[in-house]
Amino acid sequence: MGVPGGETAERTEPGGNGFVGQALRRKEDPRLITGRATYTDDMVLPGTLYAAIVRSPEAHARILSIDTAAARELQGVEAVFTGEDLADLAAPCPMVWAPPGVEVHVPDHWPLARGKVGYVGQPVAVVLGRDKYGVVDAAEQVMVEYDSLPVVTDPEQALEEGAPIIHEEYGTNKVFEWSLPGGDIEAAFRDADVVVEKRIVNHRTAGAAIEPRSALAEWREGKLTLWSATQIPHICRVILSIQLGLTEDKIRVVAPEVGGGFGSKLQVYGEEVLVCWCARKLGKPVKWTATRSEEMATTHHGRDQIDYVRIGAKRDGTVTGIHAKIIQDCGSYHLIEGPVIPTFSACVISGCYDFPAVQTDIVGVFTNKFTTDAIRGAGRPEATHMIELTMDELARELDMDPLELRRKNFIKEFPNERPHGFIYDSGDYDATLDRCLEMLDLEAFRREQAELRERGVYRGVGFSTYVEICGLGPSRALGPDGWGMQGGYFESAQVRVHPTGSVTAYTGTSPHGQGHETGFAQIVADRLGVTPDVVDVIHGDTSTGPFGKNTYGSRSLAVGGEAIARAAEKVQAKAKRIVAHKLEAAPEDIELVDGRYQVRGSPDKAMTIADVAGEAYIPADLPEGMEAGLDEMCFYDPDNFVWPFGAHACISEVDAETGRVDIVRYVCVDDCGPAINPLLIDGQIHGGIVHAVGQALYEQVVYDEEGQLVTGTFVDYALPSAADVPSFETDRTETPSPTNTLGVKGVGEAATIACSPAVVASVLDALRPLGVTSIDMPLTPMRVWQAIQAAQGRGDGPAATEQGRTLDEHGGGAAGSGPTGPEEGGAS
Amino acid sequence: MIPADFEYVAPESVDEAVAALREGGEDAKLLAGGHSLLPLMKLRLAAPRLLVDLRRVGLTGIEREDGAFRIGAMTTHHQVATAGLGLASAAAATIADQQVRNRGTIGGSLAHGDTAADMPAVLLACEGEVTARGPGGERTIPAAELVRDYLTTALEPDEVLTEVRLPGMDGYGFAYEKFNRRVEDWAMVGVCALVRKAPDGSCEDVRIGLTHMGATPLRASAAEDALRGGPLDAGAIERAAEQAAEGTSPPADLNATADYKRHLARVLTRRALGAAAGT
Repeated sequence: MGVPGGETAERTEPGGNGFVGQALRRKEDPRLITGRATYTDDMVLPGTLYAAIVRSPEAHARILSIDTAAARELQGVEAVFTGEDLADLAAPCPMVWAPPGVEVHVPDHWPLARGKVGYVGQPVAVVLGRDKYGVVDAAEQVMVEYDSLPVVTDPEQALEEGAPIIHEEYGTNKVFEWSLPGGDIEAAFRDADVVVEKRIVNHRTAGAAIEPRSALAEWREGKLTLWSATQIPHICRVILSIQLGLTEDKIRVVAPEVGGGFGSKLQVYGEEVLVCWCARKLGKPVKWTATRSEEMATTHHGRDQIDYVRIGAKRDGTVTGIHAKIIQDCGSYHLIEGPVIPTFSACVISGCYDFPAVQTDIVGVFTNKFTTDAIRGAGRPEATHMIELTMDELARELDMDPLELRRKNFIKEFPNERPHGFIYDSGDYDATLDRCLEMLDLEAFRREQAELRERGVYRGVGFSTYVEICGLGPSRALGPDGWGMQGGYFESAQVRVHPTGSVTAYTGTSPHGQGHETGFAQIVADRLGVTPDVVDVIHGDTSTGPFGKNTYGSRSLAVGGEAIARAAEKVQAKAKRIVAHKLEAAPEDIELVDGRYQVRGSPDKAMTIADVAGEAYIPADLPEGMEAGLDEMCFYDPDNFVWPFGAHACISEVDAETGRVDIVRYVCVDDCGPAINPLLIDGQIHGGIVHAVGQALYEQVVYDEEGQLVTGTFVDYALPSAADVPSFETDRTETPSPTNTLGVKGVGEAATIACSPAVVASVLDALRPLGVTSIDMPLTPMRVWQAIQAAQGRGDGPAATEQGRTLDEHGGGAAGSGPTGPEEGGAS
Repeated sequence: MIPADFEYVAPESVDEAVAALREGGEDAKLLAGGHSLLPLMKLRLAAPRLLVDLRRVGLTGIEREDGAFRIGAMTTHHQVATAGLGLASAAAATIADQQVRNRGTIGGSLAHGDTAADMPAVLLACEGEVTARGPGGERTIPAAELVRDYLTTALEPDEVLTEVRLPGMDGYGFAYEKFNRRVEDWAMVGVCALVRKAPDGSCEDVRIGLTHMGATPLRASAAEDALRGGPLDAGAIERAAEQAAEGTSPPADLNATADYKRHLARVLTRRALGAAAGT
């Protein structure tokens, strides 16, 4: 797979006021902090009907009959629809990954099930009515008769002979199989002196955004408007057009305030299509908002890989090759791009290391669970996890310091083409590790560790040096002829100066908490010579600005921000021509200094952007042939991805009696290029670490052997809170990317991609005296305790995978009986 | 929150509340802080026809009387946590998070009878009692008889738990060791220890209460017996703690097998006894 890239973008200096680089407070925060932001569920339209969805309690079953009569009779119920009623949909949910020459099984996935169900929570019917409580009552009256089928929840079991087949038409549970090789992998392992191998279960997690999904559709005068809690309004419009058989000019999609996504709203869900279909059918607004239970069961999950990884090396530590076999649990149906996710693992399988040969073999598998798709990091956290833990193991095998092993193999020349065709744009891996160690003081820690061990206190340190691929991305590499995504990955921007000099900037990205309104305003302000407070950044509405590609894959700044910068520079260039004309100078002699467009060498002659806008919108005296207005657009498609990197270190303490892990210190140095706003970077790093600490220590989506979701609430799904995580010690280095003129790389996923192996390695380092060498996440107290017991010759250790295990009859609650019990007497 | 349809009353007195419960029959439920009942209603695991809200009946406050604390059933966890009640305050301070402690009540928690809740084991270890008022008047229920099974108490459907009486436990050292995954979680296992030393430093009395180690809160009687009347050194505590899980049949869940819970009970008992004894 060839990847273009490595061409160096021309770097231009911004002209303006030096707002880029400042840690400005977020423009978004006042409305968010004071509760004035408008989320989808806040919106009320006259005559709205509420939708309640009848969901399958079965993980795998044929639908024998659906009786909606009792529900229809309830007061206030206007309609009940089933899959048969939606027969006029033009297409099922599209899955946009179709790699050339690879067969991918994509079963029809309709908003309401047709004939059978494949996971618990699959929508079977929808009840619509004027009262949002009444429709839930009515949904309980929809009687569905199921014929249960055998269930399979473990992806390796699903591949075995005789396993229940989820989609009979394929005769197998295999979704696809493909390989991303580079270099001579056979020689790599033949020539290796040492080969280490690991099986790592990277378990299923949830996005768990605080705002659940919500969608409100209105059909009025032949046009459809959908407000939705989504990361991808522009893409959603294209998909609604395909599924509803309605042209895009008749559809508007708005993402109002969106309360977190983490990839879980990088999706077009059946419920979004369903409310649109219902609104058109009934001619009334239709709203649906997920309950937390619906959110946990039917908002796509992430990870869920079983990884078999091998690294070969010479005795001196020089690595010869890495091979990974990834078994990806796809769930029973696909959403927009789930099967492509492990390919992102393959992109970075070389890590920071100069492997002369790499190969990733991927098998996607159907199971009777909900769909997996992109969750923060999407394939790259899994890759870092397996690479870093296996490098640690290799260091032990070679009796070599794990950091020395890393440094010996760090890639040092940039741009650097990896054996599988990817070109790392820039980097300085030693520099981030040096700084991280300086902050950590490893020698002092090792002394402390030894002293504590004497007293039976187990502390350990773990490291992760990572590189990630982001800034999605170059359309030639990602698109139909590259690795097969059926779309482009440019980003759009439009920068409009108003007649009196303030600015509106439209971006095709669709932020949902990141702070684009602040960071993009800083970029525009410097280029036009205004202050960020008069730059309004508009996003998330298909009826404003050009068609865009929205927010995911840490792309917003490296692609969307670059588009904004380029559009602003077009405006600046036009402004300079106008100023030159008015001041009788050459355009190249006009410079922008502190908000003044002045003639180089004669700073007393100057105009402001407001003066220029006046000339542009009252075009009495413009340069020959110039159009009126001060409004420019840019579609930017990068030549390469961007490759952020860094070094993370975690010190944890393990209570060896109980298995509890406490993170004592967390030190990290990340490099995402020159900072636009360091405050926004810190926020992303902090959140990214917490996300990965969540996976490493707390969170897991668990299904039992019947395919029932056990972790359906925040009691059971142990999302950590601020009280559970440590403070972070962060710093940055700034290595510019040659890919874009800002020199920036993405940062939204970086810390999540980096962190989990550092946490796990710290625990393994702590427990080394007890003989523990490996534990799969999440490192819950019981699993750590079981690992210690097993290392001491007691018990079998924690189960390698918890999918499909049987739970005790009183089980279900993660840390208490919780809201799962029978009715009780007395007050409560 | 989208619960099933229900009626709601907020009577002004306990007697009116009892009358409302009586009228409502089996489909009526008392509402105190709401932090157990409302989540059940939200998930439609509970669908009472009538909610009888106790917010207007008073029943708040803590008084010291005859060496015991009389705690109104509607006293919040926060009030208990900050009232200097020794073990009860220490345990109440670990309940969930501050928002829950501001709303949840000691009476509600005890009446809910959740074996994973902290206060039932505290009441048991202190050998306290609760007062319940029903159509036939008031009665006293000793701690050991209050919780009968999972989420099942000795309270009748038309009774209101009005007051909690906790012996002051003067002269006892105390500790509550709660083990959970996140700070706001229910106890995976909780152990409360009360230790009174004799003048010679030996163990004059010891009480050990276990949270979430069975269908009801439990006393670790074997461990108590092993320690009572003997020395209170680390070795004795360790040996006693080894018996902390004796006779228990703890409910397993996603995060803890029964074996692991028994192991935790032993470790936490040793730690709680050590802290309570000051050794």
